Amino acid sequence: MNWAVLYAGQREMELEAAETAWPPSGPTAESPRQGESVGIRLEQVSKAFGERTVLCDLSIEIAAGQFVAVVGRSGCGKTTLLRMIAGLEPASGGQILVEGNAVAGLRGDVRLLFQEPRLLPWHRVISNVGIARGPDWKALAQTALEDVGLGDRGAEWPATLSGGQRQRVALARALVRRPRCLLMDEPFGALDALTRAEMHQLLLRVRREYGFTAILITHDVREALTLADRIIVLKEGGVGLDLTIDVPQQFRAESPSIPRLEQRILAEV
Amino acid sequence: MQKRRAAFDALIPWALPIVLVIGWEIAARTGAMSSRILPAPSAVALAFWVNLQNGELVHHTLISTRRALYGLLIGGGLGFALGVVNGALPVAEKLTDSSLQMLRNVPHLAIIPLVILWFGIDESAKIFLVAIGVLFPIYLNTFHGIRMVDRGLVEMGRVYGLNAVELYWRVILPGALPSILVGLRYALGIMWLTLIVAETISAQAGIGYMTMNAREFLQTDVVLLGIIIYALLGKLADMATRWLERRALAWHPSFQPQLVAVAL
Repeated sequence: MNWAVLYAGQREMELEAAETAWPPSGPTAESPRQGESVGIRLEQVSKAFGERTVLCDLSIEIAAGQFVAVVGRSGCGKTTLLRMIAGLEPASGGQILVEGNAVAGLRGDVRLLFQEPRLLPWHRVISNVGIARGPDWKALAQTALEDVGLGDRGAEWPATLSGGQRQRVALARALVRRPRCLLMDEPFGALDALTRAEMHQLLLRVRREYGFTAILITHDVREALTLADRIIVLKEGGVGLDLTIDVPQQFRAESPSIPRLEQRILAEV
Repeated sequence: MQKRRAAFDALIPWALPIVLVIGWEIAARTGAMSSRILPAPSAVALAFWVNLQNGELVHHTLISTRRALYGLLIGGGLGFALGVVNGALPVAEKLTDSSLQMLRNVPHLAIIPLVILWFGIDESAKIFLVAIGVLFPIYLNTFHGIRMVDRGLVEMGRVYGLNAVELYWRVILPGALPSILVGLRYALGIMWLTLIVAETISAQAGIGYMTMNAREFLQTDVVLLGIIIYALLGKLADMATRWLERRALAWHPSFQPQLVAVAL
């Protein structure tokens, strides 16, 4: 990867971000750049592994800055979808556009948060966060670590951290270069309920600050309802349900419509 | 209390050897054991002193150590390179692995007659044998270590933009290192073993030569001295790898005392 190009891209991105003033005021706000520069667009995407078709003619449009949760049973192709958007796997048909460009491989401004933290155990926490190196990596990594509340743990080995802390380090690693898009593959699935609730708050805070487009894969409908602006239910290789959640984040805990939405989603899954 | 405990921990491994040596000395002094069979420890100590004074010991030890290190460097380097290449490129593995497995199963000491025919009895014969001996454990463990590196970490590295070289240096090699170091420790054992055999069969210098020479003159004390020197050199090599392990694998949970305590 060419650092100069990536870095220039990043600066350009920061300028744009300043213009469009993230985050959008309401959770359902329309993207100011909707139209020619949609965040992510899937056009009749399909994916088959050998004989088995996982995704079929999937068309989804995700506005820049939106937080989308993708819910579905295990094996419904959620993770495959995410890996295709990340550029880790090619689509069998159709095309995926990120920022108007067809995905042809890995991109520096799309980051993936895995199910497991996947930290390098032989690198200190700070080196893990700054894994991509580049100019000023240490300072950037330190800032990202502070943003996830682990500013004082940089010099430690990952093995000394708890599961939740490791996942936070992984989040910091994803944030270091200020990604335009964060893809999350059930990153909180292995955490206990309390730590998970903490991570949810952290993620929401960090997103307000960084303003990236987010796609969260989860099988936990409650989690999707806590975090996302929009929930897509994947079913039998296609979109089973596409819901926009128009309850502002801070009212979701008490809102009577949330349990109703939950019922609706669960019925669909 | 803590200090005494530490001293006790440090001394306990030595208790058995010390008791053994004292018993042995008594047996030799009282004549219960002939010095033809086994000389008294004091006689061995004396032989050590005499040989140290006349420079023989240092001379032979240096020659043996040099052979061992050259052999290790050549054989280990080759084994490591083969392991890295085969671990990374499936084509290379298909090409060479089955041949290497076949060669590996030949006891390398069985080719001594051939080696003497090829190289005579000069340095290269010994170095060649040591190199062949250490090649396989290092090859196997490097190869295996690289294959066992967590695929998830490699994928993470790719997602985060590491190029092939960075991926190798920062993800694959460190991940394989614990296994490589195990291979190194195996190799060091084989290194000394091979050298002893090679030197006793054909040499004009070295510890093996010194002991074989002493045998001709029934100097059992020198023979024993040679054996002890081998043991010490082996121990030294082992300590060096342990030190290397502690330094290179400082990240590993088993090298972090506070974590081990938690696990227990």
